[in-house]
Amino acid sequence: MVKKGRIVAFFLIVALLAGLVVSTVMDVAKEIKLGLDLQGGFEVLYEVHPAHEGDVIDDDVLKSTVTALNQRINVIGVSEPNVSIEGDSRIRVQLAGVEDQQTARELLSTEAQLSFRDVNDNLMLDGADLRQGGASVTFSEANQPWVGVTLNSASQFAEVTRQVLNSQLVIWMDYEEGDSFMEERLKPESEQKFISAPSVDQVLNTTNVVIRGTFTLEEAQFLADVLNAGSLPVKLEEVYSNSVGAALGEKAMEMTIYAGFIGVALIFLYMLIYYRFMGIIAVITLSFYIYLVLVIFNWMNAVLTLPGIAALILGVGMAVDANIITYERIKDELRTGKTTMSAFKAGSRRSLSTILDANITTILAAAVLFYFGTMAVQGFAVMLIVSILTSFITAVYGSRLLLGLWVNSRILNKKPRMFGVKESEINEL
Amino acid sequence: MNFNYGDSKLDFVKHRKKFFIFSGLLVIIGAILLSTVGLNLGIDFESGTKVELLSNESLTAERVYEEFAKIGLTPDNVLLAGDRSEMAYATFIDGEGVLSQAEILQVQRHFNASFGVEPNISTVTPTIGRELARNAFYSVIFAAIGIVIYVTIRFELLYGVAAIVALLHDAFFIITIFSITQMEVNLPFIAAVLTIVGYSINDTIVTFDRIRENLSYEKKVRGFEDLARVVNKSLIQTLARSINTVLTVVFAAAALLIFGGEAIRTFAFALLVGLVAGTYSSLFIAAQLWLVWKSKSLQKRRFKTAENEA
Repeated sequence: MVKKGRIVAFFLIVALLAGLVVSTVMDVAKEIKLGLDLQGGFEVLYEVHPAHEGDVIDDDVLKSTVTALNQRINVIGVSEPNVSIEGDSRIRVQLAGVEDQQTARELLSTEAQLSFRDVNDNLMLDGADLRQGGASVTFSEANQPWVGVTLNSASQFAEVTRQVLNSQLVIWMDYEEGDSFMEERLKPESEQKFISAPSVDQVLNTTNVVIRGTFTLEEAQFLADVLNAGSLPVKLEEVYSNSVGAALGEKAMEMTIYAGFIGVALIFLYMLIYYRFMGIIAVITLSFYIYLVLVIFNWMNAVLTLPGIAALILGVGMAVDANIITYERIKDELRTGKTTMSAFKAGSRRSLSTILDANITTILAAAVLFYFGTMAVQGFAVMLIVSILTSFITAVYGSRLLLGLWVNSRILNKKPRMFGVKESEINEL
Repeated sequence: MNFNYGDSKLDFVKHRKKFFIFSGLLVIIGAILLSTVGLNLGIDFESGTKVELLSNESLTAERVYEEFAKIGLTPDNVLLAGDRSEMAYATFIDGEGVLSQAEILQVQRHFNASFGVEPNISTVTPTIGRELARNAFYSVIFAAIGIVIYVTIRFELLYGVAAIVALLHDAFFIITIFSITQMEVNLPFIAAVLTIVGYSINDTIVTFDRIRENLSYEKKVRGFEDLARVVNKSLIQTLARSINTVLTVVFAAAALLIFGGEAIRTFAFALLVGLVAGTYSSLFIAAQLWLVWKSKSLQKRRFKTAENEA
């Protein structure tokens, strides 16, 4: 007797899943965070060097550098920056989706050490004497952009101007040991390393100082932004960098997704032809599997990279394997002359330990990849692990549930052809 | 396609020596190639700068050299890619080597203006290149150790060792092919090798699992003949699964290789080569090695019991 209820249940479950996938898949896809190789952006690994001789690079220095970098990134306005300390003396910055990579990169690595010196290069005031957030762009009467800064103490500036009275106060950005005003002033204006060197003819008792350089509006804005973000306590040297143009990233993503669709379509087709009825179940669970992987990936807040997409496609192959192991086992059991129901039961049970062993070894390899890999490879490893765990749920339990509804409805009894087994292959007992 | 044991005339075990010789030769050829020609290491593992350019029109190498000359740079090598050669890869290894931040910005600005598309630029300093290569090497070794331990716990040591031989065989095979073709070895290549490590082990385990199961049905295993029968039977039983699985993954990898674009090409090619090697080694190397070693250890044990009885 055929139990129609179970077949109805099967179609209900499939309809429910299909409804869920269709109604939410676009939102899920939109929310996925793309790595910089897919949407453009850059990644830089900085080696941190002391800004002054004798400074020590320790944990506190690294942390405050990270804070300063984050403040600068706020200026750029990237939504999800990633700044992390690596090892004893390295900082990795990943900025995906930056529109103006050039400015962002410059902004990140300038030390932004503003200093006021006399003509003999003796330090009078430095960044520590500036009020935080007190820099802004101002304009001269001739509409020349200047940069206004605010000092902490008016009396201090009065003291400084008294000392350099009737001489010049030289304003430097990122002054390096060995730089000399006497040498620089002989060069043409565009090559001079200092920003400006105003003459001082009276004592100024004020906190507001205007730097009158020959800036373009962008340069003035950049200087003000950098000063507001605060100076870096260290020198940064780029030891590794990777920047991806937005158009190239998008092209890579489109091509990989296109390739993925073709690959997955081929897999589905093969499963349908070879496994017949069980192939339909496989296609249903595999489709849901892809959806589920994306959902879990979103939950984890993981970043999808190009190798990550490859891992997803590969994961489909691995998920197929779990299906294939189970189906082959069921076919084996059918061939030994078991009834459909007992072949299904024995096949599901016996294939489980095989699938488990096979998947755990792959997860081991992926975990090692994650530990040693750089961002792109880590993206691959995370995706592979998520894929394997998800495939375990869908390919083992999902398949079993859906196929079980049909088998237990008894409609498939004595129909081994539906499983791709010929009657002639069955051993009569 | 059906591989029903009983009517099948397939005998994997009989030809095992040919497979050992074939694989042995491959390893020797690979070792010679690696020590002479070597690998074409990308800048990921060396040091230097790689610039990836995209243009709206077809490019020629001369055009790319000219464009770089305008900003005072000379690439060591320019490779064209894409259907209409609208893409180009320029590398700086000696000469300028690792471009400075200022030079990178200059390149970005220049090509943004002249080609209308911002290029991809990556730089690696020698220290980082060495670190990446060392990490890649360690990851393969640690993955292998972890897998041996797991397989030894779940099965027994002989299975684990045989699986690792097969795994190293596959990894070495991919490296050899890359030495022959001189394709660039980059970071995704390492990811591909490790995926194959995982896949190869996966494949081998499924076969071993069946051997173990079939072995438990045998009432008495006397020696080589009995073991050989079990191994052959298990291989035939899992053959449909082995072929179907590798075919489906090959579909995915081939689609990535053909349609996936330059960025993923090396990765997909390494995968494809590894998948073929992985299936071959599971069927013809891992199971056969286990058979040879297991029968030897059975013999030793029999001698011991014989001595004890005497």
